[in-house]
Amino acid sequence: MELSELTPILLQGAWITLKILCLSLPVAGALAFIAGLTRLFAPTPLRQIARVYIEFFRGTSALIQLYWIYFVLPFFGLNLDAMTASVIALGLNIGAYGAEVVRGAVLAVPKGQYEAAVALNFTPWSRLWRIILPQSLINMIPPFGNLAIELMKATSLVSLITIGDLTYKAKTLADATLQVGEIFGLVLLIYFVMAQVMAYLFRLLEARLGRGMDRGGLRS
Amino acid sequence: MIELDWDWDFTWEVLPDLLNAAQITLLATLLGSLLAIGVGLALSLLRRSPSRWISWPVYWVVEFVRSTPLLVQIFFLYYVMPEFGVSLSPMTTGVLALGAHYGAYLSEVFRSGIDGVEKGQWEAARALNLSQFMTYRDIVLPQALRAMIPATGNYIIAMFKETPQLSAITLLEMLQTAKILGSENFRYLEPFTLVGLLYLAFSIIAALGVHQIERRFPKEGFSLR
Repeated sequence: MELSELTPILLQGAWITLKILCLSLPVAGALAFIAGLTRLFAPTPLRQIARVYIEFFRGTSALIQLYWIYFVLPFFGLNLDAMTASVIALGLNIGAYGAEVVRGAVLAVPKGQYEAAVALNFTPWSRLWRIILPQSLINMIPPFGNLAIELMKATSLVSLITIGDLTYKAKTLADATLQVGEIFGLVLLIYFVMAQVMAYLFRLLEARLGRGMDRGGLRS
Repeated sequence: MIELDWDWDFTWEVLPDLLNAAQITLLATLLGSLLAIGVGLALSLLRRSPSRWISWPVYWVVEFVRSTPLLVQIFFLYYVMPEFGVSLSPMTTGVLALGAHYGAYLSEVFRSGIDGVEKGQWEAARALNLSQFMTYRDIVLPQALRAMIPATGNYIIAMFKETPQLSAITLLEMLQTAKILGSENFRYLEPFTLVGLLYLAFSIIAALGVHQIERRFPKEGFSLR
């Protein structure tokens, strides 16, 4: 097959990869904030649950988590289709890493900011919402960018539970045509371009959110 | 109501096989991390080369390897190398893929570690007429080491956790073994859960090990200030 015939088929796969990415990114982001903030501010039993979640999903492989959710949950009477299982597994996995990013960024806000908010009689909720989170958000962007790229790369795992993503398309095409060199080379290139675009978008976001911020200017 | 029917007999039946497979997993990690450290060190030194003709390509190679999925790289090595007349066993492919992938990550760790050593140390060593090689080996790297150890440890643990991807090229590591045991018996609950728990246990042990190694190095590096 010509390269001009291979490319559209691979781009179809890339579209599915992108779809999984767009579905699991918000799941991961939400879990990161929920688990990260729970670990910092919630009552002790909830804190422990968040901690177990974080340690468990960071301590085992994404692929095992994916297999577990796809193959084992039916034993609990919970049948998930491959797509749902993928989004849940990837979201849970990257969310656990993201939770530590959130925790680190919140802890990095200078203590004086908490004290000032307390002194001004802010409620705990508005302390968090109006003082702490806006400041910590800018610190989260670069590590979140890295995690988003990690998530993009991890989507390749879903090919192993027979979702027709980019990697799956590459594998089946390579099996059928035996043009392994061109196909896998092209696929690596597509992933590379996606990663570069994402890195660029996150740099843009960081510049945008960082505008007008006098970072650490008052602390010196 | 969710009912968990955990089969203990089946558990004891599959556990020895999984522990056997754990040896393959650990071997792949060990060889992979040795290779990754070598690759990482070589790439980081090349990246520091004063010649743009060397440092610029190395930068993009590292960037490329880091931003593409390990699974595709594994497939690439396993299926494309035979085209060049080199057929690799799953184990060799796995070690090469892990070594190259994490070598690229480690090169950045090593580079920043080396950059973190004070410039004066380098100048002093050169003033004492040490060769470039000796300066790196005896002066710069030992000081950079402390800064590099925690991150290197993290990446080796990360590598260990990515070894299940080698099951995709039929390496009989833990996950592949669990998959076979599961499909033979139509029960995935116990084998997959056990593999997850084994990974968790090994990761925790490895993290404690890295922490111990870190503690053996004095806080302020080796400088006498």
